[in-house]
Parts: sequence; C-alpha cells; structure tokens
Amino acid sequence: MKLKTVIVAFFITTLLSGCSLFNKDSLSEEDNAAQNVMNSLNDSSGVDSNTYNADGLQVTELGVDNQISEGIDALMQSPEFSDPNSPLSTRTIYFEYDSSQVKNEFVPILEAHANYLMANPNQRITLEGHSDERGTREYNIALGEQRAKSVFKILQLIGVMTSQIDIVSYGEEKPAASGHTDESFALNRRVEIVYK
Amino acid sequence: MIKIAKKIVFILFGCHLMVYSHLLRAELTIEITEGVQSAHTIAVVPFASPMGEQLKEDVAQVIGNDLARSGYFKVLDKAQMLTRPSQPAQVKFRNWEALGQDYLVIGRVSKDNNLYHVQMSLFDVYKKEQLKGLRVTVEASALRMAAHYLSDAIYAKLTGIPGIFTSRIAYVTSELNGQHKTKYNLYVADYDGANAISIAQSKEPIMSPAWSPHADKIAYVSFENKVSEIFVQTLATGERKSIAKYKGINGAPAWSPDGKQLALTLSKGGNSDIYILTLANKSLRQLTKSLAIDTEAAWSPDGKKILFTSDRGRRPQLYIMASNGQGVAERITFDGDYNARGSFSADGKSIVMVQGVQGNYRIAVQNLASRTTTVLSNGPNDESPSFAPNGQVIIYARRKGNNDILATVTLDGASKQDIRHRGGMVREPAWAPRK
Repeated sequence: MKLKTVIVAFFITTLLSGCSLFNKDSLSEEDNAAQNVMNSLNDSSGVDSNTYNADGLQVTELGVDNQISEGIDALMQSPEFSDPNSPLSTRTIYFEYDSSQVKNEFVPILEAHANYLMANPNQRITLEGHSDERGTREYNIALGEQRAKSVFKILQLIGVMTSQIDIVSYGEEKPAASGHTDESFALNRRVEIVYK
Repeated sequence: MIKIAKKIVFILFGCHLMVYSHLLRAELTIEITEGVQSAHTIAVVPFASPMGEQLKEDVAQVIGNDLARSGYFKVLDKAQMLTRPSQPAQVKFRNWEALGQDYLVIGRVSKDNNLYHVQMSLFDVYKKEQLKGLRVTVEASALRMAAHYLSDAIYAKLTGIPGIFTSRIAYVTSELNGQHKTKYNLYVADYDGANAISIAQSKEPIMSPAWSPHADKIAYVSFENKVSEIFVQTLATGERKSIAKYKGINGAPAWSPDGKQLALTLSKGGNSDIYILTLANKSLRQLTKSLAIDTEAAWSPDGKKILFTSDRGRRPQLYIMASNGQGVAERITFDGDYNARGSFSADGKSIVMVQGVQGNYRIAVQNLASRTTTVLSNGPNDESPSFAPNGQVIIYARRKGNNDILATVTLDGASKQDIRHRGGMVREPAWAPRK
C-alpha cells in the first residue's frame, strides 16, 4: 500500500509540475495518456484498485455500513470530517476564472478524500461543479462540469473506483456567495465534494 | 436625441388566463431607463366607455404604454389634452397640432350583452386625415389583449413593421424560500410582463426556456431530479415529457424552425457537444465532435445552419456550421474576448449575442452581411438576449444593484426599459415567436 501511495504521489507531482493535464484543448489525448499511465502504474505496482479493494474488503465494508446506518449527517459530524485539522473537513475545491485546472494546494485534500473512498468502497460521492456568474449560463454549466471532471480524474488516478463518483454541474445556478465582488466570484468557482 | 427626463412607471396586474394549470399571479413594474425624443409624437385619448362604466382595462392607457415602449413614439400625457374626442366627427385637428402631435388615436368601447366592441381611429394630424379605423370584439377578460391588438395595428400602419404587442415571453425566477432554500419558477407572460403565470416550479434550478416555433410548447432544463434533464411542456394542457436525461449535461435546448427537431447540448460523450434530437423517433445525431466546449445552439430561420458557442479557440466565440453536419464550422465573432449565446433574428439577417470585453458583458448585434457588430447595452452582467418576433427590440437579463431583472433595448440601442418582477431574481427571458 505504501508503494502505491508513493507512486501516486510521484505521479501527481509529475502531472502538476509538467504539462497541464487539464488543458481543455487536448483533453482526449490526455485522457488516453492518463489511462496509459494508470495501466502501467497498475502493472508495475501489481496493485490495481480491485485487488486493493479486495485486500481490505471485510473490515472496510463493516465500517461503511455502520456509518451509513448512522446517516450521512452523522458521518459529516464525525471528527474525521468535521475537525478543521483533518483534510477531509475541506470538501470544496476552488478554481481560477474560466479555468478547470486543480491548483496544487488542493491535491493533498483530494488525496485524503481518495484514501477515504478507497478504504470505504461502498461510500459514494457527488462532485458538484459550479462557476461564478460571469458569462452565459449554459457555457457555465459546461465549465462547471469540466471542473468536476478535473477533480474526478485526480481521484480516479489515485485509485478511487469510478462507480463511487457521480458528477453534476450547476454552473452559476447555485452560488455559494451571493455578492457580486471578486471575493464572491472566487468563492463560487468551485467543486463541492458531497458524500451521500 | 434627447433623453426623456421623466420616468414613466406603472404597474401591471395579472389577470385570469384559463389555459394554464398552475395559476400563480405575479406583478411586474416597467420603467423606461433610457428613451428618445423620437421623431413621432402621438396622442392616445382615453376611450369613451359605455355609460361611463369603469372597464377592467384602460384601453387607451395600454395602447399608450405599448407605443411608448416601442421606442418610436413619444406619447402625450393625457393631463395635457384640451379635448377628449371619442368619435371622428369630434376631432379638431388644430388642437392637436397646437400640442405638437403628429398622430392622434381616439376610440370608444360599447357593450353588447357580454361582448365589448372596441373601436379605434388613427389620424394624421398634419394631413388632417384618418389613416385607419378598426373594431375589435372581445369578452371582458380579453380587453387588454384587444388593446395590444390595436397597438399592433397602429404600429404597423405608422412604421410598416409588424407590432409585438400581442406576443409573449417566458422567463425564469429564483427567490429565497427560507434561510437556505431557493424556489425556482418558469413563467409565461404577455410581452410587457402582465398576466404572468408560473408553468413550472422546483426547489432545484430551472434553466434555458425555449419556445417551439408555434409558441405552443416550451422546452427547458430542470434539475428537479438532482441531475440535468430536458422537458417539453405543452402550454394549453400542462402535459410534460422528459426528452433528454443522459449521463452528464442535458442543456441548451433549441427548436428547429419546423418544430420536428431539437438541438441539445449533451456531455455523454465525454465533453459538451451539440446533438440533434428528432422528436418523432427519438433518434439522436451528434453534430459537433470537438474536444472543447460546444453549447448554446441556435437554428437559422431556414433551418440550414446552427450557430453555437465554442471555446475550441481557447476563449468562447460564436461559430456557424451546417445543420446537416457537413463542412467545417466557421468562426464569426472577433470583437471582444468572449462571445456566446447567439441567436438569429427572424429574418436571419442578424444575430444577437453576449459580448464580454475585459469582464464587462453586454448585448451586441452582428449584421451578418456586413459583419459589423454594435453593442446595445451597458453591462456589466447582461445575458440571455432574445429578439422580438419583429426584430426591432431585444429582451435580455441584467443585474441592477443586487437584483437580476429583465430589460429591453431597441435595435438602435436608443430606447431601454427595465421590467422588474416583484420578489426574486428574474433571468433567461425568451421571446415567443409569432404564432
């Protein structure tokens, strides 16, 4: 498991320092590239997401079942998700204007969520993409989806099963901040990780 | 051009329209923010009513408001009128000449059982001749529509262009319902915001209303099931059908001119692309296949072309391609760094769009023959422009202070008006096509 963590960390560092993975003009090529890297990652480590899940299946499922029975609210109130010192307490990823590139500072947070989801394979999340109010509404729907997909790809690359993740984009329809200042705009350009 | 100093404010009350299933009333206020001292002055004398009966609608007032809102006329304040003729024989042209009026409208309403006959005469004051006479017979509930009909006739006679006063609009509102809950409504209203009726309500966003070519149906996006989904609703019956619920985005519906197809934005293939859905057999054809965002399709009036927004050149710009998918898409916008949500005028000669220049988003019109673009609105966050059926006026959404409101601007940019819906934010106006 440690080997995998190291490889993933290396991979993400490479991603973010090198070319822009989420350059929208070449998404598809990079999709393929990412898939190839994932394949080689799995081959070389010998730990693909299925065997990883199988490794800890029994223990993990029990834990998730308990949490589900307590309800998602209780999970969100648990120290793991509510303690400000826990990376899982951060469930909003912010973006630059007209950009869907995940900033470096959010990578450790996504790693924490990925690790939690890998340890709890029955846990599902929705990635809600949002934009600020500038520009047209349907274009902003598309932009919000690109942001959610950027987050999706990172979680997937770390090893989260795609079946655990749903995506919905609300564009500018559900602002987090109601003001019309740059500060409000920055708070509204976001992806929310919603556990369910 | 002199701005009208005096602001004209009036309130329009909703009244019954039996064809809708959900009856919710709404009130809108219309305010003329920028007007012109136009070349044409017109007096609309209060119509005589049967035995002094107080009618449900002040017909002359409705006509006067319509003409003022068109941007082509300056309407005389009735307090300045020296006489109030209601029959042609009573007209003394020199009275109206003295008041500087080019045209004069008089009329009277008579009652026959439950029917009202609304009679109108239009005069050219300087030529001292009658230009038009018209009588409309309606029930009491349709007096307002009768007035709009007469406005259409007056406008058409004097400008040579069909009026828009009997047309309708659709728009979306959101209002806070408790601390953190929002309520979304899709409204249909007369062009001036009167008779507004909510045809769909949800706790989740409603977006992108689009009128069918015969103005009998509206397609729109609803998130009521926590995912985007496109519905088509028949106005007369309230019947509703889900027509697109694919994985990912289901957005930006646009009817083909024959009403048989809808252009949609779907992301089921991995990113936002435009698809054509044939309603009869539910077949789906992918129109754009770029790796960029392609969205906000609009059909040319002949159905042969699709205008759409794409960021294939990094920033959103407008492109045109053949609706049968042949050939390559041609970029048509080069002014500003953001051009999106384009749509054609009914004659196909121009397109209206949102143009962003350094974060200032305004409404602009491009003449397709000359490729010249004119900015019509002031910004900073104007969006969702929609041509009136006669192409002379554009309705759009704008932010005023902390409110989202609707506004209209004439094609020459000279006359602007705000339409404020009471309670809540208003956006995404769509002007219905002529039936």
